[in-house]
Amino acid sequence: MTMTMTAAERTEETPVFHVVDEHEHPEGHSTLLGFWIYLMSDCLIFAILFATYGVLGGSFAGGPTPKELFDLPLVAVNTSMLLFSSITYGFAMLTMEKGQARQTQIWLAITGLFGLAFLGIELFEFAHMIHEGAGPQRSAFLSSFFTLVGTHGLHVTFGTVWLVTLMVQVQKHGLIPANKRRLTCLSMFWHFLDVIWIGVFTFVYLMGTLR
Amino acid sequence: MHAIFGRLSLEAFPYHEPIVVATFVAVVLGGAALVAALTYFKLWGYLWKEWFTTVDHKRIGIMYMVLGLVMLLRGFADAVMMRLQQAIAFGGSEGYLNAHHYDQVFTAHGVIMIFFVAMPFVTGLMNYVVPLQIGARDVSFPFLNNFSFWMTVGGAALVMVSLFVGEFAQTGWLAYPPLSGLEASPATGVDYYIWALQVAGVGTTLSGINLVCTIIKMRAPGMTMMKMPVFTWTSLCTNVLIVASFPILTAALVLLSLDRYVGTNFFTNTLGGNPMMYVNLIWIWGHPEVYILILPCFGIFSEVTSTFSGKKLFGYTSMVYATVVITILSYLVWLHHFFTMGSGASVNSFFGITTMIISIPTGAKIFNWLFTMYRGRIRFELPMMWTVAFMLTFVIGGMTGVLLAVPPADFVLHNSLFLIAHFHNVIIGGVLFGLFAGIYYWFPKAFGFRLDPFWGKVSFWCWVIGFWVAFTPLYVLGLMGVTRRLRVFDDPSLQIWFLIAACGAALIAVGIGAFLLQIAVSVWKRHELRDVTGDPWDGRTLEWATSSPPPDYNFAFTPVIHDNDAWWDMKKRGYKRPMGGFKAIHMPSNTGTGVILAGLSVAFGFAMIWYIWWLAALSFIGILVVAIGHTFNYHRDFHIPADEVVQTENDRTRLLSGRV
Repeated sequence: MTMTMTAAERTEETPVFHVVDEHEHPEGHSTLLGFWIYLMSDCLIFAILFATYGVLGGSFAGGPTPKELFDLPLVAVNTSMLLFSSITYGFAMLTMEKGQARQTQIWLAITGLFGLAFLGIELFEFAHMIHEGAGPQRSAFLSSFFTLVGTHGLHVTFGTVWLVTLMVQVQKHGLIPANKRRLTCLSMFWHFLDVIWIGVFTFVYLMGTLR
Repeated sequence: MHAIFGRLSLEAFPYHEPIVVATFVAVVLGGAALVAALTYFKLWGYLWKEWFTTVDHKRIGIMYMVLGLVMLLRGFADAVMMRLQQAIAFGGSEGYLNAHHYDQVFTAHGVIMIFFVAMPFVTGLMNYVVPLQIGARDVSFPFLNNFSFWMTVGGAALVMVSLFVGEFAQTGWLAYPPLSGLEASPATGVDYYIWALQVAGVGTTLSGINLVCTIIKMRAPGMTMMKMPVFTWTSLCTNVLIVASFPILTAALVLLSLDRYVGTNFFTNTLGGNPMMYVNLIWIWGHPEVYILILPCFGIFSEVTSTFSGKKLFGYTSMVYATVVITILSYLVWLHHFFTMGSGASVNSFFGITTMIISIPTGAKIFNWLFTMYRGRIRFELPMMWTVAFMLTFVIGGMTGVLLAVPPADFVLHNSLFLIAHFHNVIIGGVLFGLFAGIYYWFPKAFGFRLDPFWGKVSFWCWVIGFWVAFTPLYVLGLMGVTRRLRVFDDPSLQIWFLIAACGAALIAVGIGAFLLQIAVSVWKRHELRDVTGDPWDGRTLEWATSSPPPDYNFAFTPVIHDNDAWWDMKKRGYKRPMGGFKAIHMPSNTGTGVILAGLSVAFGFAMIWYIWWLAALSFIGILVVAIGHTFNYHRDFHIPADEVVQTENDRTRLLSGRV
């Protein structure tokens, strides 16, 4: 049926084989898709680290166990830092949509401070554990713990550097489309790290203390 | 001294190994000659401006092919060394390679052939062809494309440096722990391995993301998913596989490096570590990797078969679905690489069965190609010859693969030369033959003249016969129980098989020589072999609609697609090339940032390998500064003026009319 349809169409009009009135592709038209795909590839790295923790997380090698190590109230505070930073990033995006460059920068700065607070608490936790002789070399459990949580922390660090860069760029050029696109990418990145952290909090800390 | 040079000292230079020293001298002389020639002919500026910093997908594609070819010579030299060693190390003879050297040779051979020959060739062809096939002017992220290429070069450079500074891994191409752990491999070899693959891996992952975006977002109007050429389809699946598997390799190698650098216990035998975890992780990447290599080649065979049979591809839809099914199944078979791990009958049965199931979509493809040829007017040009050779060779390799998929059979054949023969049978007979078919098929598109058929045929027959002479003995030896990676042999009755295999390698060497000679002869005779039509094979897909080589902007007007085999459809329905109304064309600008970032990454890798911490810190900061600095450049594009487009198109009109 489709065959006859197209055959009929063909006889009626000569087909157009090229775009006569061409519009330029808007710059960065695939950036958001590309960034999504990148995030998924990054997600796979975390998947591997989670899987490794899943396999090796019980190999204490006679060393300390999660129950002895994890300080849940501290981790809860830490989690709230990251969650708050996601909310404030959301506010930054809302003000960006309204075109308020100054407010956007302020919210970005607050987000960055929450991020730094998160990192500070995490580093404190790490230092405390290492000081007690529970460093990454102690057992396969601790190797996979430090690597999973540390990789997340490294991502937050890079996110913070990126955030500062974008604050400077918004300062220089305002909320031009390129900067809006970049802020959207960082937004995805930041929320993505939040989701990963929810996984870490549940899978590593909560289930660890239950184990 | 230690603070400045880390563990790098004079001892690191293998001046006591005559083979390495001779190679070094040859490389230095050749390199000096090349540099001198480039300087004498004042080509540095041209290379930098027109090639190294280019963001044109066509030029980047060609540079990938050059990289693959150069590394093929290195990887093949390793192969010849192994064949020679195994052919003479009998009857108390130790051969001519000591264990330390021989173990590096077989490791380097595997790493180079997969990561720095097959991958660049495949990526190069995809880079060159995909945007043309979908009627686009470039890829989604042109700068990233350039950066990806240079990261791949960076990885290759680190492997090459390991030949003369320090040593390469002696672990086999996947560096299984605990052998690759710090205790068993304290020297720099495994570190070279890790950092070469990490640097190149960044490039591969980014180029995967880039091409997925390109195919999804930049198809010409009218080209729905089910109207895409099959090569574009297989490229899409391959790049999805790249994005979904290379991060696993990255993560696995990070964990191995933590074991080596920080002293963690992921893959150690002490304090709860588990080496089999690494083997699982590396094969969760590794099995998709072989499909990353073969799928684009399946696409090439589809294009070639249909073009040279003068027919529409038989079973387009089933071909697409078969490709997608293979893409998905490739994640469900990894454990067949180590049935002997001992995961029990149920797990082994599951992976054995999934492995056998993969042969169904693959078989469907073979039948589709055969039915395309059936009652076609087949022209046995070089690409078609390689395709037929592929079908005959690959089917045998596939069947030995299904044989190995049976766990009890695998327990007998695991790590034997039978396995070696099997995977060379599919990688050479599938990937390499496919790449040759692709190179012969698209070379006239890229350069405007064909490759000389005579030397092509010499190369073809030497390769195909050489392959069978080299690897059939390995099947036999494998069935007799000879294991892989052996350096000396006790049983003199085995020697004849290794001698035959060495003859096969010699034949392949002639094949490679003929291929190089063919390129030289073709350049020499380029005026005789010239194609001005842009469509030398009577092609069917869009890349043949534009000139050879295509202009920077590929298409003066973006094409509109009405049917599969878009260009065939256009020719059939009396398409007229537009002669006027040209406009300025928006294009991305060149940039040197990719070269600089890759150079800094190599410096970082080198510093990490040799524990030169200050250089590592410095180059890492350098990478950050350059990368962030690059984001401050908001003007990354320009317009090709309309006059220039008119000029280019008029030149082509003159060429086309001059032909008649």
